[in-house]
Amino acid sequence: MDVLDLSRWQFGITTVYHFIFVPLTIGMALLVASMQTAWHISGNETYLRMTKFFGKLFLINFAMGVVTGIVQEFQFGMNWSDYSRFVGDIFGAPLAMEGLLAFFLESTFLGLWIFGWNRLPPRLHLATIWLAAVGTTLSAYFILAANSWMQHPVGYRINPETNRAELTDIWAVLTNSTTLVTFPHVLFGAFITAAGFLIGVSAWHLARGREVPLFRKAMRIGLAVSLASGIAVAATGDLQARLMTEQQPMKMAAAEALYETSAPASFSLFTLGTPDGSEELWSLRVPNVLSFMATGDLNGSVEGINDLQKEYVAKYGPGDYRPSIPVTYWTFRLMIGFGALASLLALVGLWLTRKGRTPGSRWFYRAALAAMALPFLANAAGWIFTEMGRQPWSVYGVLRTAASVSPGVNVPTVAISLAAFTIVYAVLAVITAIIMARHVKAGPPDLTAQKEAADPTIPALTY
Amino acid sequence: MELTTVWFVLIGVLWIGYFVLEGFDFGVGVLLPILGRDNVDRRIMINAIGPVWDGNEVWLLVAGGATFAAFPEWYATLFSGFYLPLLLILLALIIRGVAFEFRGKHDSDRWRRGWDRAIFWGSLLPAFLWGVAFANIVAGVPINAQHIYTGNLFTLLNPYALLGGLVTLGLFLLHGAVFLSLKTGGDLRARARALALRTSPAVVAVAAAFLVITQIMHGKPLTWATTALAAGALIGGVVAAVRGREGWAFTGTAVTIVLATATLFLDLWPNVMPSSTSPLYSLTVTNAASSPYTLTVMTWVAAIFTPVVLGYQAWTYWVFRKRLTRTPIAQ
Repeated sequence: MDVLDLSRWQFGITTVYHFIFVPLTIGMALLVASMQTAWHISGNETYLRMTKFFGKLFLINFAMGVVTGIVQEFQFGMNWSDYSRFVGDIFGAPLAMEGLLAFFLESTFLGLWIFGWNRLPPRLHLATIWLAAVGTTLSAYFILAANSWMQHPVGYRINPETNRAELTDIWAVLTNSTTLVTFPHVLFGAFITAAGFLIGVSAWHLARGREVPLFRKAMRIGLAVSLASGIAVAATGDLQARLMTEQQPMKMAAAEALYETSAPASFSLFTLGTPDGSEELWSLRVPNVLSFMATGDLNGSVEGINDLQKEYVAKYGPGDYRPSIPVTYWTFRLMIGFGALASLLALVGLWLTRKGRTPGSRWFYRAALAAMALPFLANAAGWIFTEMGRQPWSVYGVLRTAASVSPGVNVPTVAISLAAFTIVYAVLAVITAIIMARHVKAGPPDLTAQKEAADPTIPALTY
Repeated sequence: MELTTVWFVLIGVLWIGYFVLEGFDFGVGVLLPILGRDNVDRRIMINAIGPVWDGNEVWLLVAGGATFAAFPEWYATLFSGFYLPLLLILLALIIRGVAFEFRGKHDSDRWRRGWDRAIFWGSLLPAFLWGVAFANIVAGVPINAQHIYTGNLFTLLNPYALLGGLVTLGLFLLHGAVFLSLKTGGDLRARARALALRTSPAVVAVAAAFLVITQIMHGKPLTWATTALAAGALIGGVVAAVRGREGWAFTGTAVTIVLATATLFLDLWPNVMPSSTSPLYSLTVTNAASSPYTLTVMTWVAAIFTPVVLGYQAWTYWVFRKRLTRTPIAQ
């Protein structure tokens, strides 16, 4: 392995790991804020206990998102210094805006929310969690604007003197068509993730007959949010697929393992290719579906990998412009499959809990508990797909990944950091899972005991 | 003023903000096993920084992001060059951050002691390494014509830089002790003050030595003034601590950190990372900067949102202004 491979593995591991916590943070911030709002409006203490219970789980998760996010801010410079030099003029701007507009907002107001329960007037305290939630959402927007620029660079020029990319239009970057469809797609994916968490945790308690009114309510919230967001994710995903066909035809062709340009193009349910990914051996296909997905027309023409490769060689010079076909092909399917399963479960759950019912069957609870993993897997698959599908480019059509890596960093150095991050992250994953499970099992807090312990001179019993 | 100058100043301000704010929570973290005699003490100490430490750390993230946006060359050379020390800082900050959150999540002395140790090392390492990093930046490191750092880890561990590390560690420790004497009550407050007084001669000596060497080696006429003022603020802070004027003592250590960091940035100007290989290869505010358009856009963003951020962060400190005492927390 060379520095490039090791750096790619490190970026992949640290980013996918970071994105375990991010969508849960985004989704839970909004759900917890909604629960607290429900309490604030109705005065119903069930909602307050729900807020405190899920709020605590949210905070454990938030801490992991924050600390793994610090690495993200610096590793472009550490491992991808040539990338940073080439695109910093453009890419740095949304990153700096994210820090100034989003990180300060979420961290400061979350601190106020945690410690402000007995100190701030209720309405102001409610505002703090909403502001923190706004911060997490804004953060997603800015980082997706930065990523979308790598997928579909706009609003820039290459300065011939310095041979660097320079920003020419910030609005073009912030309103990039890719950003505008990716942002809602990721946001609704985050809601599914948080909703799945609510459903699973509630199922665990309902299966044991504990706190039935509270967890039935929480489960209904989760199910409704999951299904609604599932539909929104599919709709935005559809828009994304069309945009991708236009902006990154190679990624779409790889996602479908479509080797030759076809009109109409069929959707592959299962394809086996040669190990080097240059040819199809066998496949099971549904006619016309890919044409529709990619172009919105049942008979639309979709370009194939081999034709695109020839086209790119003519355009960019000799080289292999094909991403890893098995990785793109399978992650695309896993993303859709896991997402669809989560929506199916939500639909079943809504039916089972209709009109005040509580599901009696054990299998549903077990499925709901297992299904907590689905959105996380779908999120990871989606990111691996979109990033691996862009290869060999780090900025599509502009800068290659191989030309992005830090030239001054050697193999042992990256090997050390890769090993260190992997080990520390793995240990923290185990600890986080144990703490989360313990808090889930402990159940919602007893408010009367908390009221007696409350004292205005201490901020909170958090630490 | 040119936009590159504006952004050099702004990045200096972000680092100053980071060191002043995270400085005291690093100090509290290092003091946790030293001043915290039992779990109640340690909880008071952590609660004293609880609402604000995460917001303080964002100053670092914004300093990183702003450097990326305004001076991409600086961002690229610095963080790829100082790879291993930065890795240590990142790992320390990761472990420290989760330690605050996880420590209270399980009722066991062994569990808490483990996380206390994580808070201690997670605060001590960055407090020391940031000083090492900044001393190296000011002194210059080997950088070639392509702006690539050509030294290794041991190049960075030179005596001057290690002294710089001791200075930040010492200043943050003192800053943290003074903060605790300001924010807590009873016995803990008295012990924090006693520790501040006990350590202050060493901190003053190390800081003075470092600032004088820096002035002689890399100084400008103007930095004599900031160096002298920094020394004055530090001594003033210590005198205030002796007299039991805790607010003034904290102001003194805060102003010391502001002026000491400002001195380093003034020494640096107009370079951002001088090359010890050849002055021709140095990164400067001009050759490391983004295009004028990007700097203009970012200036507008900073001008609009920085006051807002300062406003709500200041408000947070106001909300949590009260001292934390032992009686209620022991319940």
